[in-house]
Amino acid sequence: MINNTPVQFWGSRIGLILAMAGNAVGLGNFLRFPVQAIENGGGAFIIPYLISFLFMGLPLLWVEWSMGRFGARKGNHNTPFIFDSMGKGWWIYAGVLGIFINIGMAAYYVYIESWTLAYTWYSLTGSFDFLTRDEVAQFFDAYVDIGPGLVNLPLAAIGFFLVTLALNTWILSYGLEGGIEKVSKICMPLLLVFGALLAIRAVTLDAGELGTVYDASVGMNYLWEPRFDSLWSPGVWLAAAGQVFFTLSLGMGSIICYASYMRSRQDIALNAMSAGWINEFVEVVLGASIIIPITVGYMGLDWVVENAGFMMGFKTLPYLFEQWGPILSPLAGLFWFGLLFFAGITSSLAMGTPFMAFMQDEFQWSIKKSALLFGALVGLLALSCILFYQQGVFDEFDYWTGTVLLVVLAFLEIVLFVRVFGIEKGWDEITRHADIRIPSFYKHIIRYVTPVFIGVVLLGSFISPENNNWIVAVSGLFSGEPWPFAPDSVISRIFHLHLTDDGWFIDGQVTRLFIIDMTRLLLLGIFLGLAVMARQAVKRRAAKPLPEETNFEKEDML
Amino acid sequence: MTISALVTMLVVQITVTAITVFFLIRTLRKTNHQKPTNPKTQS
Repeated sequence: MINNTPVQFWGSRIGLILAMAGNAVGLGNFLRFPVQAIENGGGAFIIPYLISFLFMGLPLLWVEWSMGRFGARKGNHNTPFIFDSMGKGWWIYAGVLGIFINIGMAAYYVYIESWTLAYTWYSLTGSFDFLTRDEVAQFFDAYVDIGPGLVNLPLAAIGFFLVTLALNTWILSYGLEGGIEKVSKICMPLLLVFGALLAIRAVTLDAGELGTVYDASVGMNYLWEPRFDSLWSPGVWLAAAGQVFFTLSLGMGSIICYASYMRSRQDIALNAMSAGWINEFVEVVLGASIIIPITVGYMGLDWVVENAGFMMGFKTLPYLFEQWGPILSPLAGLFWFGLLFFAGITSSLAMGTPFMAFMQDEFQWSIKKSALLFGALVGLLALSCILFYQQGVFDEFDYWTGTVLLVVLAFLEIVLFVRVFGIEKGWDEITRHADIRIPSFYKHIIRYVTPVFIGVVLLGSFISPENNNWIVAVSGLFSGEPWPFAPDSVISRIFHLHLTDDGWFIDGQVTRLFIIDMTRLLLLGIFLGLAVMARQAVKRRAAKPLPEETNFEKEDML
Repeated sequence: MTISALVTMLVVQITVTAITVFFLIRTLRKTNHQKPTNPKTQS
């Protein structure tokens, strides 16, 4: 089929790198990494973390970038047909995951992003002034309307969500160069500045200063003190590999999609390194230096060890910033929630691109029309996350589309790249037009080590034991005890092992089990709908095949 | 802070920062040496 939609390209190399880095840098860099580190060996966590980065993260980055650039040479910018161009048969449906995951993730991620926008506003307008710590925590519960009812109806949250969604849609409607690239060039530098200012303030807090009880060094010490005995725990290694996975936005399909808008002679090796290391800098240097030293400074180590988690950023930090006085407090709120917003929006924009590319490539939709459809789709899906937040719908979206399926898609990608497409062709693709020489041993790492790494992470996610304690779980097997599946293991989730509800209805009322099962049906329905659209696109292509030589291939010959 | 925590933090953070800066500078230098290619959009 001849595509009449103008082919887009990234406007500049730095724009591409900042957009890719923006895609990777997300809320997890600031809220997830430090918590993972303190829970998994402190300074020693960095050993499995960096090993996972070098043997799984970087190779998979190169694989995804090269898949995108290769697919584009065949005129494809969407994962179903990029996969199809690398391996015929059912691979096109594996590629549908690359669109589905992004839609599912955007549905709840844009909602979280809207919290950061709302909290920036509330910080600047002094809404947290004079509230106690419990009241700040309750402020969040009230904001998302947690209560005894079945349905949550948070009007303010819906308002901020609609503004955030409209902003995303508006930026996406300007396309790559005029929208995403421009925003990345503004947001990423601002994020770095806000992060650096907050980190400097956080790590220089002395006991007694601004109402703190402990030096910032107490928190930093706990975070960085290497507890080497933790390295014997397989759970620590799985946690590190998982963190690398999520922080680099691997297995989503968005990197492949972004890379498919590169010029065919653009480098992959150095660009992917730069974008990947910017993400590492934000995570390991900035992310590790903000939330832990501040919360430990006020709340003490025991409280943080007990309560560390994603929500600490929303339920605790506003109260702590409040202690910084009338001038610094709103500024700190602006910097913290502002940087989270920038981290969020550069990621959510990347989630919009795969679906838009699919609509533009296969159904000749304009950029604006496909952005609007994406916005409408995400808006509708997000409503279920917002209205049934407390019933676990939000969590269900996060679990399947934002956690498990990422590993599944990454595993499929590496199998496709190494086995079906062939490692020789794949390695040629990675090193083609490269601005740096990638050591040749990486070819063997991509071939043997990375698939095993991802396979182990995938297996681990299915059967992870309670408290991530593999040694206790395995030794329990020898004494005849059943495998203690963790509540967040895939097996446990599929069979509802940790839900107490017996059925879909109790006394005529729907149960949490019913709502969760309906959410899964909804997600399955979306995937099947996208698969049908891909099938339709195959038929359209068969009726009007692509010209033998695409614009991209012409450019390659220049 | 204990010596081991301080050393771990400094080694890791300085190394990560240095590698990031190294690759960014290398990228920018390569970008400046690149000749302009095709027009921004094609149809």
